[in-house]
Amino acid sequence: MSDEATADGAAPTANAGYDEWIDALADGTGYALVCPEGHGSLPPRRVCPECGSSSLAEEPLPDRGEIETFTVVHVPSPRFADDAPYTTAVARFGPVRLTGIVRGVDGVDDGDEGAGGDAVAVGTTVEVGVGERETDGGRIVTFRPVGT
Amino acid sequence: MTGVRVAGVGLTRFGSHPERTGRDLFAEAADRAFADAGVDRDAVEELNYGNFMGALAEHQGHQAPLMAEAAGVRCPATRYESACASAGVAVREAVRTVSAGDADVVVAGGMERMTNLDTAGATEGLAIAADDLFEVRAGVTFPGAYALMATAYFEAHGGEREDLAHVASKNHENALPNEYAQFRKEVSIEEALSAPPIAEPLHLYDACPITDGASALVLVSEEYAAEADLDAPVAVTGTGQGTDRLALADRAELAATPAADAAATAAYDDAGIGPADVDLAEVHDCFTIAEVLAIESLGFAEPGEGITAARDGLTTADGDRPVNLSGGLKAKGHPVGATGGSQIAELTRLLRGDHPNSEHVPDAEVGVAHNAGGTVASAVVHVLEVAE
Ligand SMILES: [Zn+2]
Repeated sequence: MSDEATADGAAPTANAGYDEWIDALADGTGYALVCPEGHGSLPPRRVCPECGSSSLAEEPLPDRGEIETFTVVHVPSPRFADDAPYTTAVARFGPVRLTGIVRGVDGVDDGDEGAGGDAVAVGTTVEVGVGERETDGGRIVTFRPVGT
Repeated sequence: MTGVRVAGVGLTRFGSHPERTGRDLFAEAADRAFADAGVDRDAVEELNYGNFMGALAEHQGHQAPLMAEAAGVRCPATRYESACASAGVAVREAVRTVSAGDADVVVAGGMERMTNLDTAGATEGLAIAADDLFEVRAGVTFPGAYALMATAYFEAHGGEREDLAHVASKNHENALPNEYAQFRKEVSIEEALSAPPIAEPLHLYDACPITDGASALVLVSEEYAAEADLDAPVAVTGTGQGTDRLALADRAELAATPAADAAATAAYDDAGIGPADVDLAEVHDCFTIAEVLAIESLGFAEPGEGITAARDGLTTADGDRPVNLSGGLKAKGHPVGATGGSQIAELTRLLRGDHPNSEHVPDAEVGVAHNAGGTVASAVVHVLEVAE
C-alpha cells in the first residue's frame, strides 16, 4: 500500500517489498537485507547486489545512524514544492546507508553558510523514522538528530 | 578490428528553443554532420541515437525511427538511454560496430528537448535518473545528488565553494568564442559566489543550464575513409564504459566516481595510452564538482587534489591540460541525450584545428571525452587521436 499518488491523481502504485519495508520503518522495526558476506541492501531483492548471494536475511537496523553527507535543497521537484528548503541527508545505519529528510531541527535558514548546518553536520547522530511531505502528504524517510 | 574515424560532426546551437521539435533539432545536427563528412546519406548502415526524457518532455517514445526519418537515412535505428550518458553509449556502440567490421558507416548522436518544460517539470524529469524509491522520494534532485557528493568531498578532502567557482568561471570563459554555446558571457568568481543556492553547497553558477539541442557524428571505418577519399584525420582509438550502483547511498564511495575510473582505465587500455599522454579533455561538468571528480577519475589529478586544478590554472585554456575548452556542459549547455555526442564533436574540432579555441592547443594529438549518467552510475570514456 503505497501512498505515492501519481501527478495526474491516478490510483497510487503499489511497490511490493518497498511498501512493507517503509511500513516496518514507520513501526520502528526497520530492517536491512544482509547476505552471509555482510553486504547490506534494501528490498525488494532476490540476490545481494554486491556478491550475488541469494541467501538474504532481514536484520534490524541499528537504533542510531550517522550522517555521512547532506544538502539543503532550495529548488525542489513538484512533489516537494511546499517542503523547500529542506535538508536531505545520507546516513549510515550498520550494513546500509539510508537517504532521508532531516526533521526536528530548527527551520533551515537561507543563509550562505550551509543552511541547517548548525544543527546538521557530517557525523551527526540520527534516529530514522517515517514522516509526511508537506506538499502532498506522501511518506518519506526522516532522520532526527539525537543527543549522543 | 579496424580503425574508426570521425568523418564529420554536427551540432545545433545549444540553448533555449522551446518551440522547436526534437525531430527538427536532430535533423539540423545530422545535416551539418553529413555536410562536414562529405558522406552520402545512402551510405549509412546504422543510426545510434541517444535520448533521455523524450517520453516526458515531448510525449514521444520510440524516437529512433522518427530520427532516422528526420536525418534522411534508411537503416536500422536504435535509441540508447543511459540518462546524461545516453549519447555516450550510443557513440560507444557505434565505435564497436565499426571497429568489429559490422558496418563501415554509422551515425551516432542524440537530442534532448527540455526548455518546453517549466523549471519544476525539468527538475522532476532530471530526477528520474536517480532511484525513485530510495532517493527521489527522499527529496533527492539532480543538483541535490551532486550537492551530496560535494559535501562528502569537502569533508573527505577539504575544498571550498571558491574552488568550484573557478571551474565555473573557467568554463564560461572558454564558451565565449564558441558559436554553439548556450551562454557566451563571463562569470566572475564574485558572481558565482554570490548567486542564489540551488542545493547547498551548490549555487546557481555551479549548475549547468536547462538546454535544447542535438549532436550527430558520422563515424566510418579507416578503409572506407581511404576508399571514399574522406578528410577524416581524427580517429577514435579507445572506448570504455563503467557501471555502478544506481543510488548514491549504495556506492562504495560518496566522494569519488568508480564507474568513471573503470571507463577511463578501459579506454586508455584500448588506446594503449595513459593519462600522461592526454593533451586536452571534454568532461561531464553538469555541476562544478562533477568536473573535479571527472579529472580525478581520468588520472589528471590524484584523489582529493582535483579540487584546486582550475584555481591553480592546470585546466584553464592556457594551462598544462585544458579541460572543457568548449565551455563544457556548464556554459555550452547540457541537452542531456545529446551531450556525449557533442563532446566528441567538440574534441574533433579542437584536434582538427577548426574550433575557435583550437589556438590554445595547436600541437594537441590526444583528447579524451568523459560522459556520465546520473550521479555517475553510468560512465563512458573515449580517446580521440590525430591519426594523420
Ligand atoms: Zn553479498
